[in-house]
Amino acid sequence: MANLHTELGLSDQDVLDIYQTMLLARKIDERMWLLNRSGKIPFVISCQGQEAAQVGASFALNREKDYVSPYYRDLGVVLSFGMTAKDLMLSAFAKAEDPNSGGRQMPGHFGQKKNRILTGSSPVTTQVPHAVGVALAGKMEKKDFVSFVTLGEGSSNQGDFHEGLNFAGVHKLPVITMVENNQYAISVPIEKQIASKNISVRALSYGMEGVTVDGNDPLAVYKAVRDARERAINGEGGTVIEAVSYRLTAHSSDDDDRYREKEEVDEAKKQDAIITFGNYLKEENVLSNKIEEEMNRDITSIINEATDYAEEAPYAMPEDALKYVYEE
Amino acid sequence: MPVMSYIQAVTTALKEEMLRDEKVFILGEDVGKKGGVFRATEGLYNEFGEYRVLDTPLSESAIAGVGIGAAMYGMRPVAEMQFADFIMPAVNQIISEAAKTRYRSNNDWNVPITIRAPYGGGVHGALYHSQSVEAVFANQPGLKIVMPSSPYDVKGLLKAAIRDNDPVLFFEHKRAYRLLKEEVPNEDYVLPIGKADVKREGSDITVITYGLCVHFALQTAEKLANEGIETHILDLRTVYPLDKEGIIEAASKTGKVLLITEDNKEGSIIGEVGAIIAENCLFDLDAPVMRLAGPDVPAMPFAPTMEKFFMVNPDKCEKAMRELAEF
Repeated sequence: MANLHTELGLSDQDVLDIYQTMLLARKIDERMWLLNRSGKIPFVISCQGQEAAQVGASFALNREKDYVSPYYRDLGVVLSFGMTAKDLMLSAFAKAEDPNSGGRQMPGHFGQKKNRILTGSSPVTTQVPHAVGVALAGKMEKKDFVSFVTLGEGSSNQGDFHEGLNFAGVHKLPVITMVENNQYAISVPIEKQIASKNISVRALSYGMEGVTVDGNDPLAVYKAVRDARERAINGEGGTVIEAVSYRLTAHSSDDDDRYREKEEVDEAKKQDAIITFGNYLKEENVLSNKIEEEMNRDITSIINEATDYAEEAPYAMPEDALKYVYEE
Repeated sequence: MPVMSYIQAVTTALKEEMLRDEKVFILGEDVGKKGGVFRATEGLYNEFGEYRVLDTPLSESAIAGVGIGAAMYGMRPVAEMQFADFIMPAVNQIISEAAKTRYRSNNDWNVPITIRAPYGGGVHGALYHSQSVEAVFANQPGLKIVMPSSPYDVKGLLKAAIRDNDPVLFFEHKRAYRLLKEEVPNEDYVLPIGKADVKREGSDITVITYGLCVHFALQTAEKLANEGIETHILDLRTVYPLDKEGIIEAASKTGKVLLITEDNKEGSIIGEVGAIIAENCLFDLDAPVMRLAGPDVPAMPFAPTMEKFFMVNPDKCEKAMRELAEF
């Protein structure tokens, strides 16, 4: 009998891979909080609650050729695009070998050219025009990749969102924009951020499709991104996808979330995709207890190894602060 | 050798670079069919097509940001800001993104973009079509700022900017566009970014300046030469990062230094030039370092009386150079 994922053309192994990547992102994130609270790393900014959208979307892209411009919560995206737990731990510990920045940027500021992950900054939404520029280059060179960019719902109020997507819309560029609506921009809830009924309705003004999907359902996000990619490759232009979920942690390790009720967070945790998608896979007899145990064991050992390696790895030399201002 | 205006040198450099490298493309407002509001890109749309001379929406942050994205991918965009005054919405993209991309990615990514913008006054452009904006960007390591003073320099420096693997802001004086003409070789040549250029040898006083003010200083120097005052003129050409050696050498040569900019005086490029001279040339100086600049008001007004009051011109140069020579 057909189930939800086979109807989408995904094999049992595909959905296990999606689940494993979600779980890896969650467990790396949890480890980073422990390292932060024990004083070993200065900062964490979390993906928790958004792994389903990040990994579901990434698996619908071509991870051999598409370009991604992630934002700071996109642990699930960068893991799907080839970054490793070790790479991420090197970044958390700010070590010289960190491929994102060589220990120059805070964690969450991703970038890795060999995996086509554009380098990002802290001012939000600046990556949207960059993703459009990559798509423009692709169109000029008649390439068949798409450019995927993500941001939070609060960031969708920045001018660069409008400027970038309007540009992409005018030239029907292959850009897929996923707004990860986690309901909060630090302390300010969605209803104080936007006046429209949702984010995706904004797509209309850019001549694009706009869809709102359940960000806790990796298969729903997968389908939305897969369809968007098909349209983009066919020359039909971009899509704005709003993936609605909930930020399960405080904004960052320097925030406490006293601005929201514990009951609200507890309620959201019932929809946590790590649990709900795990349950789905068990109901469909894809995920057995044995596979789940193996997965957890493997992930723990990968993270332990990555943490140990990163903790022992050397920092950049002080004078390395002078390098790479310009081409050398 | 053909005689070319300053703006023809811009167009020529763009065209030659687009023929040489198909990764080079232009984007900006009105650059395509119209050929630019100053006609800097005239004829290029017909020759190279819509996507290499791209009319963008009226969106400066997107012009810079989309250019930056394309540059990260490996293209060589030349983005045009219609007026330097309108670059402000793009400052976040230029300073937070283009300037820091190589550094923040530990040399993994780079942004080979050139951003051209007409600056400067004396054209009845009032507050928002006359400004000099270089000082806004001149403490941002990762950026290079080039401000040529002649058609010959325009061609060689614009080509160098386009070939540079880091972001370059290329400010063209809009009054120079049709005012300045000279012989420019047909051959391909580049001039070094980061090197100042001695525009006139002299032994009595040194003038260090850039852009249109080089032209005023040269005119004045000819006049003073008739009276036996010989002026040494150093054209900064690149105003960030500065050519410290060139500045020290030029200041030490005569020991009497006048710094000229069309920008507001306080916080301008020449303040940093003065600091370099103070740090390095104290015992070579025979007079206090003098500065000639615009007054510290927001920008030059529209009325001709007030515009003239603001602008540097040959009369003001003559007064300052004479005063320095007589010190």
